[in-house]
Amino acid sequence: MLAGKIARHALALVATMLLGGLLAATLVRLAPGFDADEQQLDPHLSSQSVQALRAARLQHHNIIRFYLRYMSRAAHGDLGSSLSLGQPVLSLLRGRAPLTLRLVGIGLALAWAVAMALALTAAFVRVSACDALATVISGTFLCIPAAVLALLSVLWNVPGALAIALIVFPHVFRYARNLLAKAYSLPHVLAARARGLTDLRILFWHVLPVIAPQLLAVGGVSVSMAVGAAIPVEALCGLAGIGQLAWQAALARDLPLLVNITVLVTLVTLLANSGADVIGHMIRDQKA
Amino acid sequence: MSLWRKVACSVLLLVVCASLAAGWLAPSGYARQYREAADAPPSRAHWLGTDEIGRDRFARVLYGTRISLLLAPAAALLSTLLAALIGGLAGYMGGVWAKLAMAVTDLFLSLPWLFLLIAVRALLPLNVPPLFSVLATFLLLGLLGWTSAARVLCATAASLRDSEFVKQARAAGIHGARLFWVQVMPNLKPVLYAQFWISIPVFILAEANLGILGLGVAEPMPSWGSLLKELEGLISFGQEPWKLVPLVLLVVVVTSFQLLLSRQEEAAA
Repeated sequence: MLAGKIARHALALVATMLLGGLLAATLVRLAPGFDADEQQLDPHLSSQSVQALRAARLQHHNIIRFYLRYMSRAAHGDLGSSLSLGQPVLSLLRGRAPLTLRLVGIGLALAWAVAMALALTAAFVRVSACDALATVISGTFLCIPAAVLALLSVLWNVPGALAIALIVFPHVFRYARNLLAKAYSLPHVLAARARGLTDLRILFWHVLPVIAPQLLAVGGVSVSMAVGAAIPVEALCGLAGIGQLAWQAALARDLPLLVNITVLVTLVTLLANSGADVIGHMIRDQKA
Repeated sequence: MSLWRKVACSVLLLVVCASLAAGWLAPSGYARQYREAADAPPSRAHWLGTDEIGRDRFARVLYGTRISLLLAPAAALLSTLLAALIGGLAGYMGGVWAKLAMAVTDLFLSLPWLFLLIAVRALLPLNVPPLFSVLATFLLLGLLGWTSAARVLCATAASLRDSEFVKQARAAGIHGARLFWVQVMPNLKPVLYAQFWISIPVFILAEANLGILGLGVAEPMPSWGSLLKELEGLISFGQEPWKLVPLVLLVVVVTSFQLLLSRQEEAAA
């Protein structure tokens, strides 16, 4: 059953990746200026040379052929070259991935720590003022654009990972708080409380196991949020990661680079979501 | 209506009215440059000072608010209509159509929202007239923001498909598009309203993010995104607090929307 679930996820992942790649390739093909080639404007070229250049570009007109060529090159480890930076895309991604991974990892850990601390405090203390305060804090951060939080992190000279944490934590808190509130009102938890079980025992034995699959699902989604948050944070804090690379590619309309980053981001977020779903499934199976 | 919602409603009304009266409150306009008073602090002539090329910040805030507050709901309307059409129809038709629509939705949802916006915005020309950039930015938000709403609408429409009244309508000889428009669509209205309201603050924030990253509304047209870009040069909060006015206004407006949203969410539930 679990193997079937994993296989389904893997199939969905590959299908989404292929579809995403095709969509990205189609958008690239349809983007204004795709067909333009500076070389054709060179006054030193004869009309025959210009014709030859045009003929060479004709093969890109068929989207399917264009995409198949891209995929076959990618299968051999050739992701093409960046138009704006003039370097192989693969080496660019390899060079910048560690920083983004570190930022996103630390940011996620901080976001989850703050969100769970606030949600658990609200659930434990059971004072409406405490809950309201936590909601106001997270609500305030929800209303501030991610890019402004990135700018503020530059202004106050705080690490970029903290900015990512502040962008992600309100979303995690909202879900965690609702899940905890729901779990704490379940009959078996109320019965455990009535029997005088300690708060920690109730939390670890009766609450967390119930909400673990949903929390894992939020975990998967939070990876996607953190990757999205890495773009403004890296771009505005001057951190040379993949987020900054995506922003530079967008500003320079470096489409080959952008297509590859799109496929990479899709892969990462799908892996996170599928992983969370499979682990959640395992927990549910274990409970059953 | 609770006190907080009344306050939120009043704040939104006040901000909308002020932005609509921008021509009267700030007759100088958003693009006029006072070169002798560049980067000036607040004064009687310029209530919020001027920016680095001498444009009146108060006028720019008002006009920027107008653009954001008029076009974010327009984009939300577009995305809600698309969601209703794609998600609603897919849920109503079920089977392979629902699976196909949800596969496309999953594809869009698998990408972080900001990344998707940046990637698609990059495919359009960047050096465009300001008016085109405004339309392109908000059109993109509308065209790309339908996915999560479509998922909710697909589930709601699927549950309606097998409901008693739809079966009864089928038995009475109503089929196809007529059944969808007359029986299913009216029952999707509460969800559509909720999705519309939910989308507005999301789009306002997305435009602000795009603007700060230089991929939003082009100069000299103001928007909250382009106004917030000024924060890049801020040295400290205490030195030039008037530069924070667009941020404060944005947070107040988005908070007001969030307060009103809780009512819409209740209605949808």
